[in-house]
Amino acid sequence: MKKVLTLSLLGLAIAASSAQARDYEEVRIGVDVPYEPMEYRTPDGELTGFDIDLGNALCEEIGVSCEWIVQGWDGIIPGLLSRKYDAIMSSMTINDDRREQVLFSDPYITPPSAWFAPEGVEFDVVNAETLTDMTIGVQRGTLQDNYVTDMYGDVADINRYATADDMVLDMESQRLDILFLDFPVGKSTLLDSEEGNYIVVGDMLTEPKEYFGDGFGIAFRQRDEALAEQFNEALETLRDNGTYDEIYARYFETE
Amino acid sequence: MESLLTWLETQLADNSIFTLQTLSHYGEGLTTTVQLVFLSLIIGLIAAVPLAIGRGSRHAWIKWPIFAYTYVFRGTPLLIQLYLIYYGVVFVDGIQETWLWVILEDPFVPALIAFTLNTAAYTTEIFRGAIKSTSKGEIEAARAYGMSPGLTMRRIIIPSAFRRALPAYGNEVIFMLHASAIASVVTIMDLTGAARFVYARYYAPFEAFLFVAAIYLCLTFAILYFFRHLEKKLLAHLQPQTG
Repeated sequence: MKKVLTLSLLGLAIAASSAQARDYEEVRIGVDVPYEPMEYRTPDGELTGFDIDLGNALCEEIGVSCEWIVQGWDGIIPGLLSRKYDAIMSSMTINDDRREQVLFSDPYITPPSAWFAPEGVEFDVVNAETLTDMTIGVQRGTLQDNYVTDMYGDVADINRYATADDMVLDMESQRLDILFLDFPVGKSTLLDSEEGNYIVVGDMLTEPKEYFGDGFGIAFRQRDEALAEQFNEALETLRDNGTYDEIYARYFETE
Repeated sequence: MESLLTWLETQLADNSIFTLQTLSHYGEGLTTTVQLVFLSLIIGLIAAVPLAIGRGSRHAWIKWPIFAYTYVFRGTPLLIQLYLIYYGVVFVDGIQETWLWVILEDPFVPALIAFTLNTAAYTTEIFRGAIKSTSKGEIEAARAYGMSPGLTMRRIIIPSAFRRALPAYGNEVIFMLHASAIASVVTIMDLTGAARFVYARYYAPFEAFLFVAAIYLCLTFAILYFFRHLEKKLLAHLQPQTG
């Protein structure tokens, strides 16, 4: 009798653990588009970009199937916590504020933030003095928003946008004097598409770490440590076997 | 004032979301919302009076353009109107070089224009309904006294019609307050904009939005109270007589 009980308990335990492992045969990943070249849609509506390609490669490496779920940026962490998807791979910078809510993978890329202004702008150093009475555009809830709000909130006007597209539109219509955003995004939306009209002003920033964090990471729910570990290992493998460099070269000019 | 601030600071000491900074965001948001709603309602109200009279005109060239205007602005979402006015004007070639750009550059004025046009359309229809339902007896009595149509309008129809329109107009004011929540999509830091800022910064949807909902409730209560008071005074003659 005792044996039967032990066996059935063992059976239950195995069933429970295999059920947990089965949880992630499919990983749903939340992403906010468009944010070129990290994540955007091709003209026929397909999702593409650095995050999407790297994410798919990671899933393939781990042996799970990936489903991408599009979610607006300002609700992207609540969406993860309420189980609409299991991970976020959407140019999300790792920082301490977010670490309180989510579990991050190792950083998979560290892009700097940069100031973008129309050509002919009258200053080449960005500080509280040159920004006085300027209108700065940022995307709401981003690290750039936090940085600009804390550093220049008292001297400059800050316009916060839901999408990068709206922000670029207001830049083109001269409602904004200067934009602060991820360099790769600004490069593809402002430098490449409006050739010659916009320039990068001042230094690109990756410091201080309390704002700019450690680069972009994949976010998971705090309890999904095993899943995060799987992604970290897969990332390591892709870095070693050259797949990472190949995807990187696809979206960023290698210099 | 200084001591009040220190007191507030100690009260908020162990609160990570409602710091003095976020509270000042909410405070500025409240000011912006009230300004935006109040200004658009005042301008809309002033515009609606002649429009409502014109809407009931016998002349087709007065009546139909006003009908077209109210139909378009009541028949499309306010959000679309706001987008069209804020982002749409940008595509007018060379507008940045004209004096118009000085006022259109700031998001406040495009939002004010959209809200004003919208509330004026609704208010026009509310007033027109009230004017139309003026009892024939009152108008005939005015005629019998030898009043001209203009004088009848000014002395008889408008005062009684506007009193009857009051409850419906009170609703329109509340709707307008709630509709103003969309101003934040064009970067205005109104109450909702402040709530979205706090939400995005602290990832705290409940705290951010419940707090702002409470502020809207207080504003709505103030409006309700004001209109009840006004109705009691202006519609006293319609109350059942006692004693």
